[in-house]
Amino acid sequence: MPMDFTTIMLDISLFLSLYFQIFLLVSFFEAEENEEKLILPAILPTVTIIVPCFNEAKTVEKTILSLMGLNYPMDKLNILVVDDGSVDETYANAQLAAKRFPNVRVVTQKNGGKYTALNLGIRECTTDIVGCLDADSMVHPDALIKMIPYFNDLQTMAVTPAMRVHQSKTFLQQIQRAEYNVGVFTKRVFGYLDAINVTPGPFSIFRRTVFDIIGPFHHAHNTEDMEIAFRIQSHGFRIANCYDALVYTITPPTFKKLYRQRTRWSYGFLKNLIDYKHIILNKKYGNMGMLTLPFAIVGIVFVFYFAGSFIYQTLRALGNDIERMLLVGVRVPEIFTHSIWATVRGTLNEMYYRFDMTSVLALMLFATSVYIIFKSKKMSEGNMKPSRDIFYFICFYSLIAPLWLGKAVYNVLLSKKTPWR
Amino acid sequence: MKTYDKRKYIFVLLLTIGIFIVAFSLSNYINNRKIADIKSTEDSISIDILSSETQFEILQQSSCSIVSGSILSDQLSNLATSIETAEAAHGIDSDSVKTLKKYYSLLEIKDYLLIQEIYRQCDARPISILYFYSNSKNCTECTNEGYVLTALKEEYPDLRIYSFDYDLGLNAVSTLTTLYKIGPKLPAIVVNNQTYTGFQSLDTLRNIIPDISVAAATSSTKSATNNSSTTSSKKTNSSNLEVNGISPQQKQK
Repeated sequence: MPMDFTTIMLDISLFLSLYFQIFLLVSFFEAEENEEKLILPAILPTVTIIVPCFNEAKTVEKTILSLMGLNYPMDKLNILVVDDGSVDETYANAQLAAKRFPNVRVVTQKNGGKYTALNLGIRECTTDIVGCLDADSMVHPDALIKMIPYFNDLQTMAVTPAMRVHQSKTFLQQIQRAEYNVGVFTKRVFGYLDAINVTPGPFSIFRRTVFDIIGPFHHAHNTEDMEIAFRIQSHGFRIANCYDALVYTITPPTFKKLYRQRTRWSYGFLKNLIDYKHIILNKKYGNMGMLTLPFAIVGIVFVFYFAGSFIYQTLRALGNDIERMLLVGVRVPEIFTHSIWATVRGTLNEMYYRFDMTSVLALMLFATSVYIIFKSKKMSEGNMKPSRDIFYFICFYSLIAPLWLGKAVYNVLLSKKTPWR
Repeated sequence: MKTYDKRKYIFVLLLTIGIFIVAFSLSNYINNRKIADIKSTEDSISIDILSSETQFEILQQSSCSIVSGSILSDQLSNLATSIETAEAAHGIDSDSVKTLKKYYSLLEIKDYLLIQEIYRQCDARPISILYFYSNSKNCTECTNEGYVLTALKEEYPDLRIYSFDYDLGLNAVSTLTTLYKIGPKLPAIVVNNQTYTGFQSLDTLRNIIPDISVAAATSSTKSATNNSSTTSSKKTNSSNLEVNGISPQQKQK
């Protein structure tokens, strides 16, 4: 059988992808087997939740109410709303809501970015634990009480929640719903492997003293929640994941908003990767250095290679079709659909006729991916029923993700800053 | 921080290698089964060739109303599928693919002769095109001619197009090329014993065979061709590239 370059690349990528997925699955089963029942400390720690806001007039009250609904002693819970120089009614609305609760405080500052709002909050608070909650998110009442026992381990400096999509109305929100569910699975495993590389804005909580040791939040290419995780890990501390502490977040409904958000995340990830390159392939940093970060880099390379290859094949098919059109006359819309279809059909045909190792491996990888997707749904939503979000995620996610990844790489290579909004 | 557990990394590596070995064995097993099918196709071809001889005999003794179109059309279609499988499994230049393509060409010639005979017996006008192409990369006109012939075939479904790889080195094809003075310039087309060298546009082909639609209509009334699923319709419907008797994948390489 002839081995061309694409086949070799495909086999290598399949081998590495399978290796990574098997590693995740083995670790997942290990985590399930070794799970210890965590006990709440006899004296609950005091907690401050910082809510950084910028033009969140519509949602700030809802966020405060969601926090006040937490199943936690109110004398041990403080809410600190930090208005980051909003130009709408955020400050006034937050103050109005605060009047109803003695443990809610509102401060305001000149707009300086989210990380400065968080740092102001950290400076203002004196509690044992400090958390943050983006104003576009809501917490489950039991989230905090479930996360607190993880701090029994003195090396644990942060705990991340399980994030779910608040409402999935649009097609893109459906895709994100399945994506966030898969995130619940991977965070669970990454937490077990001590390889979490982001403490998300929606309700990650920290031991207050960690900021005295490693310093406050940084600008970090507009991804301060990623950088702080890299920094905690690089200091040898732990970040745990509480997979049943549910937080609901509002996801971008349109492609434009999603594209912007993901470009910022991807750009931030790449820039932080560069800033913390000493972690990569360094045994000292455990699984994060040896597994998750190296595989993330390899994944990005392969995404580009195969997305490029797909585009090249489609353009080639398009070229053939245009040539055909000029010779025998074919309608233009037929040409575009034919070109894409010809590429997809060519790949499937090749898989069918050449039922070789590559095809078998691709099927196996697909099967393990589907298993993980359904297992994730079980963890996040409590059932494994096939649903629209899973179908959309499987069919379309790998087609749209390279778009923002491509833009992020482009911005990194050309040193173009990626804005927040 | 959880320490880097080297044993786990090695365990997962061994597990992955194990899966690779299983995948390799499974695909090998399936491909061997496919190759066995190809071999059986090769074996059955000799019987088909013998059958075609018998059909010639029958034709000379029977009225054209009871003669079926061609027993070879289905076999040609099966063989085309086998060629695609063999190409994917062994590559375009492999000996097994070349052998299959030679069988294919041979069957095409047999089918062509048989159809000619049927038409002669039944006093109908032949509507066959012999098309000679080259697989070499510099014959872009061959690809274009493929597009044109496919379009022509779509226009006239009863048209029979027999495509031959000029470089295959098959004696029977060489006899045709000598007979019709084909090459070295390609593509070349033979219609009604007349050779046309170089690229022929759709309009030119329509002019070369102006009464094709009349011929097609006449032939469709004949029972001799009614039942036949023509060679060319099997080969040209899905893709213009398939006019050449080769798969689209191959053409793109």
